[in-house]
Amino acid sequence: MARIGLRQLRHSYLPNPKSEADWALKQIDIDWSDGGAYALLGPSGCGKTTLLNLISGLLQPTEGRILFDDVDVTAMPPDQRNIAQVFQFPVVYDTMTVYENLAFPLRNRGVADAEIDSRVREIAEMLDLTATLERRAAGLTADGKQKISLGRGLVRPDVNVIMFDEPLTVIDPHLKWLLRSKLKELHQKVRTTMIYVTHDQTEALTFADQVVVMQEGVVVQVGTPVELFERPQHTFVGHFIGSPGMNLLPAELREGAAWFDGQRIDTAKAPGSAEPGAKIEIGVRPEFVSLDDSGLPAEIVKVSDAGRYRIVETRCGATRVNLLVGEGIPVPADHAFLRFDPEHTQVYADGWIVN
Amino acid sequence: MAVRTTNQKAWLFVLPVFLLVAFNALIPLMTVVNYSVQETFGDNVFFWEGLRWYQQVLHSERFHDALLRQLAFSFIILAIEVPLGIFIALRMPRKGPWVSVCLVLMALPLLIPWNVVGAMWNIFALPDIGLLGRAINGLGIDYNYTQEPLAAWFTVVLMDVWHWTSLVALLCYAGLCAIPDAYYQAAKIDGAKPWAVFRYIQLPKLKRVLTIAILLRFMDSFMIYTEVVTLTGGGPGNATTFLSIDLVKIALGQFDLGPAAAMSLIYFLITLLVCWVFYTLMMRNEAD
Repeated sequence: MARIGLRQLRHSYLPNPKSEADWALKQIDIDWSDGGAYALLGPSGCGKTTLLNLISGLLQPTEGRILFDDVDVTAMPPDQRNIAQVFQFPVVYDTMTVYENLAFPLRNRGVADAEIDSRVREIAEMLDLTATLERRAAGLTADGKQKISLGRGLVRPDVNVIMFDEPLTVIDPHLKWLLRSKLKELHQKVRTTMIYVTHDQTEALTFADQVVVMQEGVVVQVGTPVELFERPQHTFVGHFIGSPGMNLLPAELREGAAWFDGQRIDTAKAPGSAEPGAKIEIGVRPEFVSLDDSGLPAEIVKVSDAGRYRIVETRCGATRVNLLVGEGIPVPADHAFLRFDPEHTQVYADGWIVN
Repeated sequence: MAVRTTNQKAWLFVLPVFLLVAFNALIPLMTVVNYSVQETFGDNVFFWEGLRWYQQVLHSERFHDALLRQLAFSFIILAIEVPLGIFIALRMPRKGPWVSVCLVLMALPLLIPWNVVGAMWNIFALPDIGLLGRAINGLGIDYNYTQEPLAAWFTVVLMDVWHWTSLVALLCYAGLCAIPDAYYQAAKIDGAKPWAVFRYIQLPKLKRVLTIAILLRFMDSFMIYTEVVTLTGGGPGNATTFLSIDLVKIALGQFDLGPAAAMSLIYFLITLLVCWVFYTLMMRNEAD
């Protein structure tokens, strides 16, 4: 187990990166504490797998340093970093039994047979693999194989960090739930530092204590699931997390407040000044928009029932605003007034939150 | 209740394939079966002989010797070509400009007509004017494939290795390229040594292509004819007279159509049997 520090980490797949777009990963500085559960969340191609491979040592960073417990491991190959990784597609050694698969990393490191045996059985018990220990790994289902790849990491008692690269991609939906909660449970039991890469917000938010949201090679926010939800630092986090995502309304700053369509909108913090020419937006999640007798006039466009609540799509002038309406609250047929919860209404300039 | 009628017209669609298979395989095979149980002196006059030709072939020392030579040849070339092919495939580059160069070079021997291969090696290995023959003799080793059985075998095997190792290598190369990177990465993380990577990742993943490669090479080498005939003509003596060469001698040289037909069928059954046994062994563990 280890603390992980990333110092001015940059990576490009090109030999001579010139423009900003050449960098797959633009300057990252992060500190992850020992035993934490972290998620890297972002759309495909945002650089999260690159970051993961840099930490595991499968890639060498173009610039910057990687520290495990303050030891610089940047130049070390993967096997010396003592990490484990679970890949998108299950990797098992086909010809070996489940037992041999789990024992493989220990055998390669010359661990004594008796210790291997006790470790393998302990981990198999944890992963519910005991019954299949003597079976050939090739015969298992995808979720069983994925458990084996995880087990090969867990079996090493001194492993620094276990990393997951979208590990549930090929798992059947009804098993995803099981495996996900199993993972959470394991983390609480073994307390190894775990980093989980995904583009699925539910997976990230349920697994991690802290989520790193990435976009185009940049970390846009690091925070707990609650922070990401209540106070997105960037409009990208606002609309990427949440379903439906955050409403964004074009606005202007005047008299120390934000104005939309000639109406003054109360916000969590009185916006100071932004750079001239910056694009100003008001962001509010559908969860914090409600129907009222007076306020922002809006036209109802569509109402879709999502079970315990309804998603109401409205239009304020040319801007679309979604809101969630609970059961039993009537929705007017065409015209309505909207109210934003000031505590959860933020102002953004060029995408970034204005403090 | 309505009576269900079956539309029989569907048979018309099967008919072309049926005819094709009939003319292609069934009728020629049955002709051979027909010859193998009768004696003929030409003029379409046949005498029933029953299983006599089969007994004769199975008890003939000449057949035993040819069969042994054939099996030995197949075994030797498989023992060389399979490991060598895997080794070459492992060494071939996976990306970059050299990939196409390697692929073309490897494919070249496969594109040469078989009798040309035989003729090439015939000249290449001649002790007086051939480059290979001169070179070996120049090293002080007495080498003349037209006179010494051992030298003839060496040349035939070398020719086959040159001609066909590419096939094994290319098949293995394709198999290796199909292994996802994640396997190598996982092995790296698990601390596997290169030998372990080969033994537990590459070899198991190559199993299917290797099965195909070995089956193809076995069948081809077991039925080899053209190259050997062009190179040695089955000699010196009968040293490189394999089953197919012997068969042609009996059928077309001596015109013993009955024994030749019986021999072809036995030959065919042995090939089939070996392939079946081999395939079953290779695929035995696939199920569990």
